[in-house]
Amino acid sequence: MREILALAWAEVLHVVRDKATLAQVIMVPVVQLLVLSNAATFTIRETPAYIVDLDRTPTSRGLVSRFTASGHFQITGASVSADLANDALLRGNATLVVIIPADFEKSLVRNAHAEVLLSVNAEKGSAAGIVQSYASDIMADYGRELGADLRPSRATVVDPNRAGPRAGVARIEGRVRSWYNPTVNYKHYMVPGILVALVTLISTLLSAQNIAREKEIGTLEQLNVTPITKGQFITAKLLPFWVLAMADLGIGLLIGWSVFGVPMRGSLLLLFGATGIYLVVTLGIGLLISSHVETQQQAMFVTFFIMMIYLLMSGLFTPVDSMPHWVQVAAEFNPVRHFVSIARAILIKGAGLAEIARPLIILVVFAVAMFWLAVGQYRKRTA
Amino acid sequence: MSEDIAIRAEELTRMFGSFTAVDHITLEVRAGEIFGFLGANGAGKTTAMRMFTGLLEPSSGTAQVAGHDVYTGSEAIKRAIGYMSQRFSLYEDLTVRENIRLYGGIYGLPDREIRARGEQMLARLGMEQSADTQVRAIPLGWRQKLSFSVALLHRPRIVFLDEPTGGVDPITRRQFWEMIYQTAAEGTTVLVTTHYMDEAEYCDRISIMVTGRIGAMGTPAELKREFGTDSMDEVFVRLARPATAGAA
Amino acid sequence: MNALRGLLAKEVRHILRDRRTLAVVVLMPVVQVILFGFAIRTDVKDIRLAIVDPSPDHVTLEIRHRLEASEAFRTVAVLPTTDALDGLFQRGSAQEAVVFEPQFATRLARGLPARVQIIADATEPNTGSTRQNYALAVIRAYERELGGAAPGVSIVPRMRMRFDPTAESSHLFVPGLMAFVLTIISALMTAISLTREKETGTMEALLVSPLRPWQIIVGKVLPYLAIGFVSVILVIIEARLVFQVPLRGSLSLLLFEGLLFILVSLSLGMLISSRTSSQRVAMMGAMLGTMLPTMLLSGFIFPIESMPEILQWVSNVIPAKWFVTIARSIMLKGVGLEYLWPQTLVLCGMALVLLTLSTRSFHIRLE
Repeated sequence: MREILALAWAEVLHVVRDKATLAQVIMVPVVQLLVLSNAATFTIRETPAYIVDLDRTPTSRGLVSRFTASGHFQITGASVSADLANDALLRGNATLVVIIPADFEKSLVRNAHAEVLLSVNAEKGSAAGIVQSYASDIMADYGRELGADLRPSRATVVDPNRAGPRAGVARIEGRVRSWYNPTVNYKHYMVPGILVALVTLISTLLSAQNIAREKEIGTLEQLNVTPITKGQFITAKLLPFWVLAMADLGIGLLIGWSVFGVPMRGSLLLLFGATGIYLVVTLGIGLLISSHVETQQQAMFVTFFIMMIYLLMSGLFTPVDSMPHWVQVAAEFNPVRHFVSIARAILIKGAGLAEIARPLIILVVFAVAMFWLAVGQYRKRTA
Repeated sequence: MSEDIAIRAEELTRMFGSFTAVDHITLEVRAGEIFGFLGANGAGKTTAMRMFTGLLEPSSGTAQVAGHDVYTGSEAIKRAIGYMSQRFSLYEDLTVRENIRLYGGIYGLPDREIRARGEQMLARLGMEQSADTQVRAIPLGWRQKLSFSVALLHRPRIVFLDEPTGGVDPITRRQFWEMIYQTAAEGTTVLVTTHYMDEAEYCDRISIMVTGRIGAMGTPAELKREFGTDSMDEVFVRLARPATAGAA
Repeated sequence: MNALRGLLAKEVRHILRDRRTLAVVVLMPVVQVILFGFAIRTDVKDIRLAIVDPSPDHVTLEIRHRLEASEAFRTVAVLPTTDALDGLFQRGSAQEAVVFEPQFATRLARGLPARVQIIADATEPNTGSTRQNYALAVIRAYERELGGAAPGVSIVPRMRMRFDPTAESSHLFVPGLMAFVLTIISALMTAISLTREKETGTMEALLVSPLRPWQIIVGKVLPYLAIGFVSVILVIIEARLVFQVPLRGSLSLLLFEGLLFILVSLSLGMLISSRTSSQRVAMMGAMLGTMLPTMLLSGFIFPIESMPEILQWVSNVIPAKWFVTIARSIMLKGVGLEYLWPQTLVLCGMALVLLTLSTRSFHIRLE
């Protein structure tokens, strides 16, 4: 115990005296959290749209006004020429082109159904999909609204063959609920994610380059010659970083809560507990990396490589459910993925221990395995 | 009696791939001796020392240090020895006192002991003023002396010094050797490697390594007699000549 | 010029000897593009659905049947009440729930509105609304069949995804991915190169030599440029072979832009390293400073249009942003330099500025 504390304390002093690294480890996450949380959102605002209204009836104009009123689109041009619209698309002046066919109103009246052509610039990546879905929503909503207005002309066209129970009156009312995020605030989703990413990156980077650096400088030898055991050594080395990363999490949560209004529905104690376990995994991974490389540079590169994979496959930025099946299976071996779901479950869904039991147990297994591996792999004596 | 022999090696060998760094060396270091491990750079001194200190596993041969086998008892060995490395000993960004506390703690000394011995050490060195200065601000000569003292903090039976006087002025070198004498007089065995031949004179016995083998071993007087010269430098040159002449 | 050649030779030898780093640097982009090409998707599929049906009858069963039959859903639980729903959502076992009112069919028969709640886990808002829409679509379709009495009319979009009719997410992400991976590697490589010399002391030897600062910088950047170029080629091959990302524009233009982009990233790394003296700081700086911002501000995953004004401005400073536009345009739209000259100019400008700044820092250090 004494040995661990002695070495751990020395590590703390190292870190505290290394002003540059300290600044990086504390300031950078804070700044990035503040800045990037504002960036990471899929909501669209003011997408430039070009309208080609070939119908020019009150109904079609109503649809156009819905687009404007939605706040998501900014009409940058309107005409009756599809060519002009196409040009706008090519030039980048419009991301969306809406072409309302000439028989729009007529079709609605006759068949209660009409088609509108949407052209989206797929170049915009994920934005394209979202634009499409917004546009569809606007049209569907408009359609529902129209029902009342257009009914008088339809009442005479009821098809007796299709008369089900009391045709014209049977109605299924579908009500839609958005749980856990009623305000549909993208930040609430992203902030915990970015926080996790930052904490992960920092903890792994710190521990990875730590031992590699000692190897390079030669201080490692001095420690290897002492009677300190591998387990004590590793615990002592990781302890300060563990504390540092936990502090980072605390600061991050504070920012998330005060600046972004991220809900903290579940138990924070549970979250910190889960984080504590998770950090053992990430620190262990960093350690494992550093004991297999010779220089700090290699440590950095390998860490980066691995962390990139972990982060992008963790469901932080894109959902795990959208990944192909084999990738999802691989993601089970990704500790970040589990921690992300734990963090989101606790913060946003208010989950308790029972609900996060499964990923938590997986993390515990990882933590034990990592520590065991790190200790086992470390050699005080070269064979 | 094994108690009288601090370090014993028999046909100790270490290979790196096909390169033989240490080639079947056999030697004995008696308790309380100052044993000089001499040789040119690359002759195998540091490799041999790393095997004795449990940092490197031998390829073949046997060795016992402080009564423990180097293969099976390397952790026990570490408890009984002190080490001052060529490249580094003290953390530069920690103060003197913090370094003392660190190594004291690692060797399992209780806080009270650490403090007591630490103060003693600083007094002896006359470094009380610099106790709270970061090591990087301390001149090289003082750093060496400090490193040596810290290596002795836990009162090991044997202390290994790897080129301890490199880059240091002659006066500091002499002071350093006085510290070594003092330590040996108190019963600690000192194994010191150096490529300064004149330092050989200060040792009780020395061995000279040439391309991994022990070229000569004995007291400085014996060796000078054997090679018919009165300077250790000459002894070395004569030893090394066949090796450089017949480069195999 | 000889001095420069000597420096180049030394750098190349350094790089070739450091097998591990070399392997990572060349392989990494390739492996990552493969992985991420598969991993970064936003398609919504296989939604885990929980049904709450307090009084099952022929109508609810029919609707349930349709939901189940649809490819979008996979029923994971059927419950009599909503009590267990929260737990299911929190565990992640269910992502959406359809809750029927009791006596559903009876109400319909009597002409009363029958309510069904569609609850989606909206933690991720867009996925949430997509999931809701899928369920709504099924229910509305059924409603129409029931008696054509769905409130309102249906206005249906006919979609055309321009410039990428397949709209495969991978096509859209891969060019962005290229940019992302290349940025980080390049910045890292150079950041470390200079600081390592400083730390080991060999920098003094360089400074004392007749080499002028700009020569040192060029000598250090050139070999990494070559490596980066190899990576670019590998990644493009990969994108074409594995993901069938189209290459409608000119390959040589793409390669040229890629080279330019790497130059910019390398210069950034050079700047970082010319301002720091410890490897650790340079590396952390390069890593932390480039990773997340590039991921988030370059438009590679999150659309720039979604960001607040200030950030949209900031994203202009991120080289990756420009390259992402260029790469996507060349690969998906097939445009050439006539359209892309502004972006290309920006990249050239960035490279120039960064290199000049690095050289200047060098001078200051010399003094």
